[in-house]
Amino acid sequence: MKELEKLTYFPGCTLKDTARDFEISGMAVMEALGYVLEELERWNCCGTVFSLTDDDLMHQVAPVRDLLRAQEAGSEEIITLCSMCYGTLKRTSHFVNGNQERLDKLNAFMDKEIDYEGKVSVHHLLEVLRDRIGWEKIEERMTNPLEGLNVAPFYGCTLLRPQEIAIDDTDAPSVLQDLTTALWATPVDYPYAVECCGAYQVVDHREVIVERTHRILSAARRAGADVVIASCPLCHHNLRDTQKELIRTIPDYEEMPIIYFTQLMALAYGVEAGKIPTSLKAKIKHLQTVKGEG
Amino acid sequence: MASKKPDKEMIHIHVMGKTYEVPAGLTIMDAMEYAGYRFTRGAGCRSGFCGACSTVYRHEGDYRLQFALACQETAQDGMYLVQLPFTPAPRAEYDIEKINPKENVLLQYYPEIARCVSCNTCTKACPQDIQVMDYIQAALRGDIAKTAELSFDCIQCGLCSMRCPADIKHYHMAQMARRIYGRYMSPVPQHLEDRLQEIAEGKFDAELDRLVSMSRKELEEAYAARVREEAPAESEKSE
Repeated sequence: MKELEKLTYFPGCTLKDTARDFEISGMAVMEALGYVLEELERWNCCGTVFSLTDDDLMHQVAPVRDLLRAQEAGSEEIITLCSMCYGTLKRTSHFVNGNQERLDKLNAFMDKEIDYEGKVSVHHLLEVLRDRIGWEKIEERMTNPLEGLNVAPFYGCTLLRPQEIAIDDTDAPSVLQDLTTALWATPVDYPYAVECCGAYQVVDHREVIVERTHRILSAARRAGADVVIASCPLCHHNLRDTQKELIRTIPDYEEMPIIYFTQLMALAYGVEAGKIPTSLKAKIKHLQTVKGEG
Repeated sequence: MASKKPDKEMIHIHVMGKTYEVPAGLTIMDAMEYAGYRFTRGAGCRSGFCGACSTVYRHEGDYRLQFALACQETAQDGMYLVQLPFTPAPRAEYDIEKINPKENVLLQYYPEIARCVSCNTCTKACPQDIQVMDYIQAALRGDIAKTAELSFDCIQCGLCSMRCPADIKHYHMAQMARRIYGRYMSPVPQHLEDRLQEIAEGKFDAELDRLVSMSRKELEEAYAARVREEAPAESEKSE
């Protein structure tokens, strides 16, 4: 058997806790593609929210330490699955890499560590899929094509904003649609694919998220979507959690399954996908039966 | 006439603004006692295990504050010393039998761990060389086993929590993690379970009753006649 190619992997806290399905399915599909996501031996929370202050380097210490861990592991890059971690780590790498003054200050503060040299780059798994593996190979590996399944991509913010860290066109991205097409499913076009889910407003202003979820999921439903795919655990949580409120309060509201893009791949690959909503499983089974009869 | 012994090497230490001359080679605690201080708090086992004598000091000319156990660190010339009293830290109350050992249980009882900014000050303060920040981070992502493992050598001296800019109570949280690990996660040793079962079923009751009812003389005779484990052969003895 061919040896798996190693990718230096930064999971982030949420993938070890509430977003386990994201990691489980991500690991499984990458193994199917000949890669192993090798978790950093030591890592800390990325900091979650990138600090916008220019002169307060204290809040860059956490993400810089993670870049340093990759350097210690002999890697020049970090791969993330979580979009939030991607955003924070990538913006941090832009903020400090090549800026000697900031590096010196941070390294002086982080004594008892080796110096971070400012050479580690940050990539999201979607970039690896698109740029290194390619849609052709991703299609080739598929065992259970998802023909007839209508998929609404939900990008959220941190993959695309701000522009200097975007993995795709900020306004009209296509990576999730291209992935969907490679799996023989149909991407649906709807107006809220790059909308913000409301993020941490969920803590203090839950009603904002409920309203947004309603708008986003209803539009996806009207466009004919059977499922929404996400790449951010916070978007996933907000959409899924507040949808429960919509189901409870709106008569005849039909639940929209929300899964991670790696879970969609896992379904098409016939590998471990984590928990998949029953309605989606039934839909895929139905589609595959119809196809078998046709 | 016996010749006069050479003077023992002496060093100077500074304690709360006063300079004292003390013999070289003493621990910080012994040096302070030599100087006339008496510890009614902040001293315990004097063997590096109880964690009562956490202390901070500075070397002359160094901007860094240093951390140690006063009963373990050797006093050096020019040290600025002070002994810390006990600092109270809140500890969560829980019934280990009623806890739900799910991922976020530590965060639930010690929500302040989410304030960690990875500054690593706790690790630098630890006299046990524990990777304190790493176990806080493990706790934050719900890895109870890793928190328990990394914090295993903790002696609860509390220096980490005194230094933390986020006011995390590391050592109490880690103790909870180790308790949860012990109660719910560590493998159960089957031989111990079996033996406890045998004891509960009374397997050894008759033997114990017999021993209790024996006279001193009978006990002594039985002891002398006991079956001893064979001494290991010369070749098996450890060097």
